[in-house]
This record gives sequence, C-alpha cells and structure tokens, in this order.
Amino acid sequence: MFTIEDLTRVMRECAGEDDGVSLDGDIATVPFDDLGYDSLALLETASRIEREYGVPLPDGVLADVRTPADFVRLVNEQSAVAA
Amino acid sequence: MTLTRRVAITGIGVVAPGGIGTRAFWDRILAGRTATRRVTFFDPAPFRSQVAAECDFDPAEHGLTPQQIRRMDRAAQFAVVCTRESLADAGLTATDLVPERTAVTIGSAVGCTIKLEAEYLVLSDGGRQWTVDHRYAVPHLYDYYVPSSLAAEVAWEVGAEGPVSLVSDGCTAGIDALGYARELILDGSADVVVAGATEAPIAPITVACFDAIRATTNNNDDPEHALRPYDRSRNGFVLGEGAAVLILEELGHARRRGAKVYAEIAGFATRANAYHMTGLKADGRELAEAVRVALDQSRLAPERIGWVSSHGTATKQNDKHETAALKRSLGAHAYATPVSSIKSMIGHSLGAIGAIETAACALAIDTGAIPPTANLHDQDPELDLDYVPLSARERRVDVALNIGSGFGGFQSAMVLARPEAVAA
Amino acid sequence: MNTAVVTGIGVTAPTGLGTDAYWAATTAGSTAIRPVDRFDAGSYPARLAGVITDFDERALLPGRLIPQTDRITQFALVATQWALTDAGLDPSAHSDFDLGVVTAASAGGFEYGQRELQKLYTEGPQAVSAYMSFSWFYAVNTGQLSIRHGLRGPAAAVVTDGAGGLDALGHARRQIRQGTPAVLSGGMESAMCPMGLVSQLPGGELSTVDDPARAYRPFADDATGYVPGEGGAILLVEDAAAARRRGAPRIHGEIAGYASTFDARPGSGREPGLARAAALALDDADVLPDDVDVVFADAAGTLAGDQVEAQVLAKLFGPRGVPVTAPKTGTGRLNSGAGALDVVTALLAIRDGVIPPTVNVERVGRRYEIDLVLGEARRTPVRTALVLARGKGGFNAAVVVRAAT
Repeated sequence: MFTIEDLTRVMRECAGEDDGVSLDGDIATVPFDDLGYDSLALLETASRIEREYGVPLPDGVLADVRTPADFVRLVNEQSAVAA
Repeated sequence: MTLTRRVAITGIGVVAPGGIGTRAFWDRILAGRTATRRVTFFDPAPFRSQVAAECDFDPAEHGLTPQQIRRMDRAAQFAVVCTRESLADAGLTATDLVPERTAVTIGSAVGCTIKLEAEYLVLSDGGRQWTVDHRYAVPHLYDYYVPSSLAAEVAWEVGAEGPVSLVSDGCTAGIDALGYARELILDGSADVVVAGATEAPIAPITVACFDAIRATTNNNDDPEHALRPYDRSRNGFVLGEGAAVLILEELGHARRRGAKVYAEIAGFATRANAYHMTGLKADGRELAEAVRVALDQSRLAPERIGWVSSHGTATKQNDKHETAALKRSLGAHAYATPVSSIKSMIGHSLGAIGAIETAACALAIDTGAIPPTANLHDQDPELDLDYVPLSARERRVDVALNIGSGFGGFQSAMVLARPEAVAA
Repeated sequence: MNTAVVTGIGVTAPTGLGTDAYWAATTAGSTAIRPVDRFDAGSYPARLAGVITDFDERALLPGRLIPQTDRITQFALVATQWALTDAGLDPSAHSDFDLGVVTAASAGGFEYGQRELQKLYTEGPQAVSAYMSFSWFYAVNTGQLSIRHGLRGPAAAVVTDGAGGLDALGHARRQIRQGTPAVLSGGMESAMCPMGLVSQLPGGELSTVDDPARAYRPFADDATGYVPGEGGAILLVEDAAAARRRGAPRIHGEIAGYASTFDARPGSGREPGLARAAALALDDADVLPDDVDVVFADAAGTLAGDQVEAQVLAKLFGPRGVPVTAPKTGTGRLNSGAGALDVVTALLAIRDGVIPPTVNVERVGRRYEIDLVLGEARRTPVRTALVLARGKGGFNAAVVVRAAT
C-alpha cells in the first residue's frame, strides 16, 4: 500500500518543501496549489514514484489529481491495475 | 532613438528541416509538406517522444572546411552557412562592410548541446565518472561550454567589429535577436547587423527533459503529422533544428546601394509573463501587450496585418494562450486575420524558430503568399480563428506579425511591413 | 534622454556575501582563492578557484526552489532580494510592465546540467528531472527573477562570455532609454563542477600554479593565467527621474557610458577592439581620459591578454596616466559575473573615495606602463571610473560609472 507518508517523502526529495508549509500535518485534502506544488512538481513526483515503486503512471492520469489523497489513491489504483 | 533611421531586411539565409536554403525552405512550406520524421540522429526507442524535425545537412557540401567542421558545433555550422547565403543574397561581401559599423546578434536557447553532450559522454566515460577525465578534452571545448562562440563564428565570417552578442531568451531568442539588432541600427550603433538565430538541440538530453514535462508529442506512429497546432487532437510539439540569418540594414543605407528590400522591421517588443518557467496563463495578457507595443511602434493598425506567424507549438496551453493574446491585442480583427504555424511543418527549433519565422514573414511580404498550418483537420472548437488549414494562400501581404513565447516567460512580437506601407 | 542610475546592489562573491562584507574584504585586499573542494580536482592540472563558502541556500531561499535551481540561480535570487531591499523597491507597488530584467550568463546552470547528464547516462531518460527543461539554460536567471518578483517588462539574457556582465548593464540602460523605468540586471556564474573546470583547460589560459597566492597575477612579468571564480552581482538600474519620483533611498551612481566591440581577426593588424570599446564608452559618457579617476581592468592574467590591455590603457591615458586595479585577483575571474561585480566595486569606490588593491601582484611587469594599485587600498576621491571586460573569442565591453549628481 502506497501511503501519504510515502508521497510526502518523495515530494520533499524531488520538489523541496517551503518553510511555511509542513507536509507532516494532516494535508491529505489540502490542494497542491495551496501547498505550493505546481504541475512540474507533480510530474517530477510521478516520475520518481514510477521508477521507485514500479507503478506506471501514464500520460493524463495526473489530470484530476488535486490533493495528496487523490495522488495516493491514484498510485494504489494504478498499482492494482499493473499487478 | 532617431526616428529617421529605419530597419530593412536585405538578405536571407535559411537552414531548415526539409529545405536547406531560402528557396527550398519557402517552397516546401508553401507546399504544406511536413519535415517531421522518426528521430535518426540516435536510437529514439528509450524516449517518450520519438519524432523530430531534422535537417539533412552535410557541412562539407555547404562549403565548410574540415577544420571548421571539426571545430564547430552543428548550430555554429548552420549559422555560418546561413550567414553566407544571406550575405550573398544581399549582394554583399565581407569587404563591402565597414567592420566597426557591422554588428552581429545571434539567438540560441540551448547553445552547443550536441557537442557538449558528446564531449561529456567521452570525458565521463559514459556517465561513470563525476570527476571527468581531462585528458580526453578536445581543443575547442570552451566554445561549447560558453555558446557566445556561435556569435563569434558569424562575426569572424563577416569581419564584424561592432557589437557582437548571443541573445539567449529561450524560445523567443530568434525574434529577440532580430529585435535587438533593430535597436542597434536605430540608436546608431551599427549600420548593418548580421542577425538571426540557430539551434541544433536534437540530442538525448534535450529529448529527455522535454519528455519529463510532456511538452513534446508522443504521436510516434504518425511522425509526418505529429505536430498538430489548433487541432483537437494536438498533444505537444516536435523538437526541431535549424537556423536563419538575415542582413539588417539601415533603410537609407540599403537604398543608396540599390539593395533589394524584402521588408522593414517596423516594430518589436518583448515582455515577460512572470508566471511560470514553462507554463502559460490562459489570458495571454503579456503577449498581447508585446503585440500592442510593437504595433504602436510601427504605427500600423491591427486591420493592416495580412498574416500572423504564430507560436503554434501545438501544446494544449500554448494554442489557447496565443489565441487569447491575439484577440486581446487585435480585437475583432483577430477573426479576419490569417494565423498559421509553420512549426507544423518544420518543428520547433527552440531559439532558432523565431528567426526562421521572421524570414517567412519577410518572404510572405516579398512573394505574396501565406503558408498554411499543416495537419489541421479537426479544429479545436475553443480556438476559433482562421488558422489557414492545410493549403497556402496567394495573397498580397503588406504587414506581417510574428509572435512567440518562451520558457522563462518570454513573450515577443515583431511587426514586418512593406516600407511603403509604414507611415512616414 | 533618460539617465540610467543604480539604486540597488546585491553581491554574492567569494570574498563576501552581501555588499558590506564584500567591500570590507575587497578594500582589505583579501583573497578567497583556494583549492577547489566542491569536487575532487586533485587529478587536474588546475585546482584552484574563488569559491563562495557559507552560502546556506536552505536558510536564504524557499525550500521548493532548491531542487529546481542551480547555484547560479540561487546566488541570483538572493542577490536580487538584497538589491531590491537596498533600493527600497517593492515590485508589487509598481506597474508590472514597468519592471524589466536582463541578466548575463556564460555556462548557465552547468553543475545542474552535469548531474542530469549523469543521470541520463547511468539511469536512463526517465531519470532526467522535469526541472532540467529550464534549470540550466542561459535564460534561467532572467526567468526565475522575473517570476519571483513579478517583473513583466522587457526581459533578456545575454551571453558574451566574460564581457556579459557589462553587456547586460548596457542592455538595461538601453531599455531605460527606451522608456522602461526600472531594470534588474547583472551576471552570475558558478561552473564549480568537474565538467566546468575541465572545459576551461584546453584553452591553455587557466593557471596551473598550485599556490593560491601566486596563481592569478595579472600584469606581473611572470603571469601564468587566470583562476576561475563563482558569483557575481545584481544591480537595480533605474531611470534617474523615476527613481527620484518614487523616493529611492539612494542613488549609488550613474551608468554614464557603454560600448561593445568585437576584435578584428587575429593577424589583421587592426586596433584591438578593447581600445575602441574604451574610447567609445568615454565618448558616450562625454568624458575625457583626464576625467577618469580609476580603471577596473579586465585583467586576463595571461601574457598576451595583459599585454593588449596594458597597451590600450597606456595609449588612452598616457603611460601610468590613471590608477588601474583588478580586485578580481581576490575572487578569481567570475566570467559573466565579473563585469557586474566590477561595476558594483566602482560604485563603492566612488562612494568611499577608496580604490581597492590588486591582490597577489608584488610588482607590475616592466613592460607594462600602468599604475597598478598594489598592496594597500588607495584613498583618493573617485568620481568617474572606467570598467573593462573581455570575453573569449574577441568580445569587448566598457562601462563608464560616474558619481550621482
């Protein structure tokens, strides 16, 4: 199971983390915009997850990802499909 | 700036996919024939986007010597070959130029990528060594490390001793280098400027980073029709290469020697969108402002524009962005003005394309023809301008507008006009 | 015609982070040239550089900018903040189209690029970062500064090797004359990676002397080449009238003259482009050689380069006719950062009436008829300074800096 903690670890590593925003709290439903992560940050994160976890995240699936909860759900869905 | 000085284009040289030389280039794009194909410069299989607009270019065939070929990155080779063509086209030789009054401005977004990557591969032994092995360093490595060498090669070719520079404004470098050249003439710094842009970025590192942001199309099964501006099915650009060099002269200087004048550069402006390094806002506000200012300088009203050479990279965001910008700046006239993207045929050569498109604008004015947007079969209903689908039009063009956007937020606009059409 | 003045300064240099630290070190004749420790340069014939230490990017910049920026951009972002603070200018209080930005680059975000190339070839294309699409290219600083501060006026990125820092300022001045009230400008360099150092080796101009005190000694009889350095400066250039209208806290000085030339082909027997650049810049500023109080030299550090520059100066000003100095002996040659930092140094020299010394040179070579400021800083009123810069291949640029009136 891919978790929020997994996601925030990857995001921190590849897209950094601002002082004013903590990824440690309950951020599951906070929009990425509000967390300061743009489309490139999400693309970069997706790319890292693909390689590290072997979960394919093809073009277009990120289109409806707005929050960390969306992203985590997407990864677990894609993981099940690939299995 | 003195109002009495004006800027004329008196010579053109082009190296483009599908057509080396101005005539071949112009004929090809008027025929609507695309030059996008599966990448041949390296094995594209590991990459997401496997198509490119490559030039079939043999430097020896175009008169470069063995030492020049060894020394120069491909982008420099393009620039020198274009310089020779443009100078001859203008009826000039280097000895006709006054060195101190001759300037050079060359645009390039990514410089000597091919040479840098190739040298890195050797020095690092395939990426294995972070501490690269200096014993394998080639003599002209510095030329690739700092790409002002591209401008220097052109300057050596023509013996220029005025201001020489490389303009590196991302994907608007081609327009901006010409805009800056215009400023040098207007403020009296130069009488002739050899100005243009060059790019030879088709290398693994470039393909990989555009893959990473999904900017390039992965329409790999249909390379010839992969770049589809304004089409509902569009999904990104095709990486291209090429160059264009134009001879810019003060108009009086050109007329006194009986030079042919293709067109005048009547206006130029550049702004930044300050929004995102690679993203565009849907409202096109800053590009619209650049267009407004360029038109203002030219003292030509929007309805005089006979053709807009668009940025037309076929990304979802770009085509929306520039359509909005055109409506914002041209008002109702946006709907009555043909707008086409020659990138649909020759790909997106990053820093070079703006100069190639400006050359196309000059040729449109000179020959009375408007190139089409290729591959446009199913126009996106959200985009409702006249994008000149598939077929060129024979039409007298007095005024042409070239627009472009670039990574980093650059937004540029250039107005070209028949000199008689410009208010005195 | 609009007058271009400097109202804000931000410095990230090996000899100091921040204008005050930099100036204190520079007037004291400090040097920051040391063995490179950012990577293992032990096997290279040239192992020294002017390095910026103690730059804590995590403390100085938002965390999310770190993964997407090379050092050159981190320096530029921080220096820009300092320049805007110095200028008392809040971009959001002005019309965004009234604020432009033009920076110079030479190698771009080269270290970032080497890392990504390594990932490409050792891990495959998918490992290349999305940020690589812009983090290394020559326009990156212009773009990132524009975004961070909402600058929507004319933007440009100039590459003319070592002349870039002056050419960017010349470009900014041109924009001001064309009507943009304020333009952020300058240059930053930092190719502190193996590929960056090695790229400079074949040219034969890097000094291979191991002793930091003896490696880079321009205008010495036995000069052996240059030492590279990282850093540069960002300056806020404004239209003087606009600056006064908004109540700018200070005007450091005026960019009174600028010129750019290119050398004739070697062996042509024509005058060095540097001579013409200097003369044209003085002309542009309406300044006679006699009015110049100090020249900040390009200081190539090679016998050939020094010879040309010394001859140009002796001819223009008369033998030993003007104080000449090269504080870049303390930082190394900063490539696109050099011209910007030298203009900052000139402005400070004007402010304090102090010409900082050239470091590590005990005696000017006999063949050079120049009055090089050695040993200690020289206290003397400075009203007008000439700054020179050259780039490999034949680029020359000159700027005349003048006290504010």
